[in-house]
Amino acid sequence: MSTLPSDARVVILGAGHGGAQLAVDLRAKGHAGEILLLSAEDAPPYQRPPLSKAYLSGAADAPPPLLRALPAYEKAGVSLRLGVRATAIDRRARRVETATGERLAYDRLVLATGARAAPAPFVPADLATPAAGLFTLRSLADARALIPALAAARRLAIAGGGLIGLEIAAHAAAAGIATTLVEAGPRLMARSVSPAVSDFFLARHRAAGVAVRLDARIEAVERADGRIAAVRLGDGETIACDLLVSAIGAQPRTELAEAAGLGLDRWAGGVAVDAKLATEDPAIHALGDCAAFPSPWAPDQMRVRLESVQNAVDQARFLAAGLATHSSGAQDAPAAYDALPWFWSDQGADKLQIAGLSLGVDRWVARGDPGSGRFSLLGFAGESLACVEAVNRPRDFMDARKLLAAGESPPAAALADPEVRLAA
Amino acid sequence: MPTLIFIAPDGTRTEVDADGAASVMEAAVSNGIDGIVAECGGSCSCATCHVYVDEAFFGRLPARGEMEDELLDGTACARGPTSRLSCQIAIDDAPDGLVLRLPEAQT
Repeated sequence: MSTLPSDARVVILGAGHGGAQLAVDLRAKGHAGEILLLSAEDAPPYQRPPLSKAYLSGAADAPPPLLRALPAYEKAGVSLRLGVRATAIDRRARRVETATGERLAYDRLVLATGARAAPAPFVPADLATPAAGLFTLRSLADARALIPALAAARRLAIAGGGLIGLEIAAHAAAAGIATTLVEAGPRLMARSVSPAVSDFFLARHRAAGVAVRLDARIEAVERADGRIAAVRLGDGETIACDLLVSAIGAQPRTELAEAAGLGLDRWAGGVAVDAKLATEDPAIHALGDCAAFPSPWAPDQMRVRLESVQNAVDQARFLAAGLATHSSGAQDAPAAYDALPWFWSDQGADKLQIAGLSLGVDRWVARGDPGSGRFSLLGFAGESLACVEAVNRPRDFMDARKLLAAGESPPAAALADPEVRLAA
Repeated sequence: MPTLIFIAPDGTRTEVDADGAASVMEAAVSNGIDGIVAECGGSCSCATCHVYVDEAFFGRLPARGEMEDELLDGTACARGPTSRLSCQIAIDDAPDGLVLRLPEAQT
């Protein structure tokens, strides 16, 4: 990582988990120059995961769970500016332009712009609004629109059987809303988990009253009085609904980078960065949901893009250490980002925790009985442990993180007996 | 609303007003207590809001849940007899003047 002068101005675009962590950490690690943290949203930086979980059960005007108290930014000497949308990056002049015409100079720019909900191709533009009954869930504003709509709904349709769709389904079914979830693929969370875990959660959600349709595609919506009234499936069946939540995936916010000529990773879709999270422009970095980075946990160190709090926060810590080393002269910053990826999801009363990446897994070994509601899947790539999925077994998850981080495999005794700890 | 007292590893005491917080973790984060990370936002998934509850208070709190107990086996600093995840201590259950010691590290 090239060094920068101690009075350098760092501009961070996006104040989600990653951007906010970077701003505060950069100061804590000794950066002396100006730190400008821009958010296009009006709310102070908040916790995103609860929005599809506990926050949905509260009042729409409940204060969001903040990442930090607001004075923490001032105390750290971070200039946090809310409601400021960057519209262009002038790489030659090293300036960011905003929607209000401001030009903000930078010495280092960090793209922490996150991801947006993928648009639903089956909803015509005039119905693609909350007022017409279409919702997505990524931001606090999304949650605040959805909460009162759910409270008034009797019938809910959800497009997409990924983590967010399922978390919403669990909440809605528990609230007594007739919930149908439509998944285009043959199993739930296919991108995130092994088939055994998909099967377990399918049974759980069905038992909770969610009507799950697999291998089913929403072809179109039907309208009544200017609102979505039903979804029509590929086989012609229609499912009446008061509202439709589209949870068919996220798209990284890369348009600023693209317009500035920065390369994207074609496979992973995010802004392409190297192992130090630098883009092809050494003055611009990217992290979190919007960045595609080479991961030592992926086969052949391929570039991946991860949508998780852990990844955003750990990349922010890594980048803060790298950017701050210039001023202290310390040489202890790690050379490459290598944090172990981990994820979690709460669906109804069930807790799913995942450590590692399953991209290279060629063999899954079950530990415990799915019928008991507590089990883990150990994923191996060849002889090496690569990924552990723990369902209501947090001890396995914590042990797996230790094992994976140390590059070790579980003892044979633990593979044979689920009561034996995976790690000492 | 109760007052909470956090004691950092270097002995520094910080009193915080838990007003508006749902859990001890939230009270710590909203008052800028550095030693609480709470990476998962309070969903009992990450074990980075570990505290050692003062012995005098430990028995006055409701018992740990099973998930919390398992996660405590994987904290960055070894668990002690009075270890808790602070996101799992509801403010409504917290006695006034509750004393919590922070571990050296959370990650």
